[in-house]
Amino acid sequence: GRWSQAAAQQALTEDGLLDFQSTGNVTILHVTDLHAQLVPVYFREPSINLGVGAVAGLPPHVSGADFLKLYNIEPGTPEAYAMTSEDYVALAKSYGKMGGLDRIATIVKRVRAERGDSVLLLDGGDTWQGSYTSLQTKGQDMVDAMNMLQPDAMTGHWEFTYGTERVQEIIEGLPFAFLGGNIFDSEWNEPAFEAYKMFEKGGAKIAVLGQAFPYTPIANPRWMFPEWSFGIREEEVAKNVAAARAEGADIVVLLSHNGFDVDRALAARVPGIDIVLAGHTHDALPEPVIVGQTLVIASGSHGKFLTRLDLDVQDGKLKSYRHRLIPVFSDVITPDADMTKLIEGIRAPHMAELSRELATAESLLYRRGNFNGTFDDLICDALLEVREADIALSPGFRWGTSVLPGQKITVEDVHNACSMTYPSAYRSNMSGKMLKDILEDVADNLFNKDPYYQQGGDMVRVGGMGYTINPNGDMGSRISQMTMLKTGEAVDPSKDYVVAGWASINEATEGPPIWDVVEDYLKNNPVVNLQENRSVKVV
Amino acid sequence: AAAASTTGGRLAFADVAATDKRIADFAGGKTPEAGKITLTAPEIAENGNTVPISIDVDSAMKDGDMVEAVMIVAEGNPNPEVVTFHFTALSGSASATTRIRLAKTQNVIAVAKMADGSVYMDKKEVKVTIGGCGG
Amino acid sequence: MAAAPKPRIKVPKTAKAGEVVLIKTLISHEMESGQRKDKDGKPIPRKIINKFVCEFNGKPVFSCDIDPAVSANPYFEFSAIVGETGTFKFTWTDDDGSIYTDEQPITVN
Ligand SMILES: [Mn+2]
Ligand SMILES: [Mn+2]
Repeated sequence: GRWSQAAAQQALTEDGLLDFQSTGNVTILHVTDLHAQLVPVYFREPSINLGVGAVAGLPPHVSGADFLKLYNIEPGTPEAYAMTSEDYVALAKSYGKMGGLDRIATIVKRVRAERGDSVLLLDGGDTWQGSYTSLQTKGQDMVDAMNMLQPDAMTGHWEFTYGTERVQEIIEGLPFAFLGGNIFDSEWNEPAFEAYKMFEKGGAKIAVLGQAFPYTPIANPRWMFPEWSFGIREEEVAKNVAAARAEGADIVVLLSHNGFDVDRALAARVPGIDIVLAGHTHDALPEPVIVGQTLVIASGSHGKFLTRLDLDVQDGKLKSYRHRLIPVFSDVITPDADMTKLIEGIRAPHMAELSRELATAESLLYRRGNFNGTFDDLICDALLEVREADIALSPGFRWGTSVLPGQKITVEDVHNACSMTYPSAYRSNMSGKMLKDILEDVADNLFNKDPYYQQGGDMVRVGGMGYTINPNGDMGSRISQMTMLKTGEAVDPSKDYVVAGWASINEATEGPPIWDVVEDYLKNNPVVNLQENRSVKVV
Repeated sequence: AAAASTTGGRLAFADVAATDKRIADFAGGKTPEAGKITLTAPEIAENGNTVPISIDVDSAMKDGDMVEAVMIVAEGNPNPEVVTFHFTALSGSASATTRIRLAKTQNVIAVAKMADGSVYMDKKEVKVTIGGCGG
Repeated sequence: MAAAPKPRIKVPKTAKAGEVVLIKTLISHEMESGQRKDKDGKPIPRKIINKFVCEFNGKPVFSCDIDPAVSANPYFEFSAIVGETGTFKFTWTDDDGSIYTDEQPITVN
């Protein structure tokens, strides 16, 4: 209630959140995976985030109560609310929404005022996609807002789903660098983007290398940007680190969209990287993970957090550092007036549509987690009913905001969960064998023991069918017990099933956009009550 | 989610034994050693129809320290043979890049034959995936 | 029938004597593998580029024996050490016996 909200927030102040005993001569600010969230959001962190092989049980593969214990965080505190799924609904009511680019602007301005021109603001990508307004403006809303924030460099992933032409058009107009040392022209095998940029801050030379999402042409439609080839390209990273050092870099920072486990492996394999600013896997960690001499830093997603990292750089070495993952409590941090005005201007023409109410949530709708996610269950239910299918498939994206019990589900909420440039809800026949092959393929992309073979999403969500998964199994043997939920019958490898899904990476996929399917479904189902999905068994 | 992939009709695939035999023929009885040659390939293919691969052999390419040829084979294709590069004193360095077809997830193997008869090998697993999804 | 194969080459215009230069070559060609079937289920006969040769002033630089596992529009990237001004000659051999060639001069300064 209101009293507990006031009590909870009493302990939180802007000064308290931004309190930082500054150190050294350089400050790095890192935001990543904003997914086009201009205004504050609810975003529930995962309750399950399995790691396999060498990283099992290591951050970021720690969630819920284990996370609180590992980092010594009291349950019920602002930190517990921001970084875990524990007691989420109650705490959300106490602490309110997080993020908002105008709040982030306030933090950036305050740090710049304090640290002068020794600040580097770096954006890890997945910035231009994920909302209704970003889709309507082909990313221009985020480009305008980020330009006001004045980052020094960015890299990308979902940016590329606007297609080659649009990406090139935006980049030509950017007043800062778009870096991607792992992006090559697919015809002549030549670097297609700037690999790194040297910055002079606080008397030190800082090389920032950009690493775009290596599997963009596999996880997203390659046909939208056929001119570019990606990949981890460890040898290119090593080459660019060496080149930056030869050019006099005192420290090397990798602005990465590899995903955390890939970054941890890369940091161990490529010498000479002082700091990895990790992205893509949306992890929020209150401390750096230290790999040899390298700090790996995870700054969360959706504008919930901003990392401040003060560095003492002397004589070509990182002597010391101080780190803080700043949680962006939107009710506590004063919005920056200029940014608020810009955001209001961007949203004004779309406000009627954004706030249009489609239904009421009686239970929490969220997405993050390896298997479950009630927002995806809603999407799967919509696909099953509206597309008259036996089985529904919904991608294991990690972006998308949460809706609290009692809230209206608006067009904005639905778009936050499915806004994209390839939204067609297909309907096709697939054999039981083909379905198993798909599940096995996705499971291997998630749970391959070698992180270089992982793509960093979550498991494809399935409606109408349950299954058992052994994440530690080998390729082709992780999935078993595929069962039709309606009849309890085993899925027959040789039988064809009607499957509805969306976000196919294949060109010319036909079907209505997924948000229309969800809206149609909500017309007939105006109250949504979805409990945790228990049809996937993990063994 | 991943949509259906079309792989066409069933094919007979080369097996590891056929690949090993091909390597033994090329090596002329020598057992390939590790080292000297580096094979670079993506961990996951963006498109199984066109997978970039590069080889580089540590060799002066003069005064007898020469690479004669590098053979590329693939364990999981209908036939193991892919391509064989022949180098000369005018090559300057023993490195080459091409793009190849991989029918499924498999090991790609590069074998270098030196002028002195010694043979070196490197191997890399390339995953061919249905794709889709993402974070 | 597809259009006649068209080679494209990237070679530096100049080099220093003894410099190792990078050469990139592409040729448009479907590289029909012999593994595919047409819509009536009949095998489509193999038709690939089976050999590629690069020479400099008539001397061999680099060559390859090509199997159907090389992708359509075969791409080869390799190096050459250049001792004097001259001409690179590139030759592709098709299964049907056709020969496609291209030449690129380089000046040593
Ligand atoms: Mn993301
Ligand atoms: Mn991403």
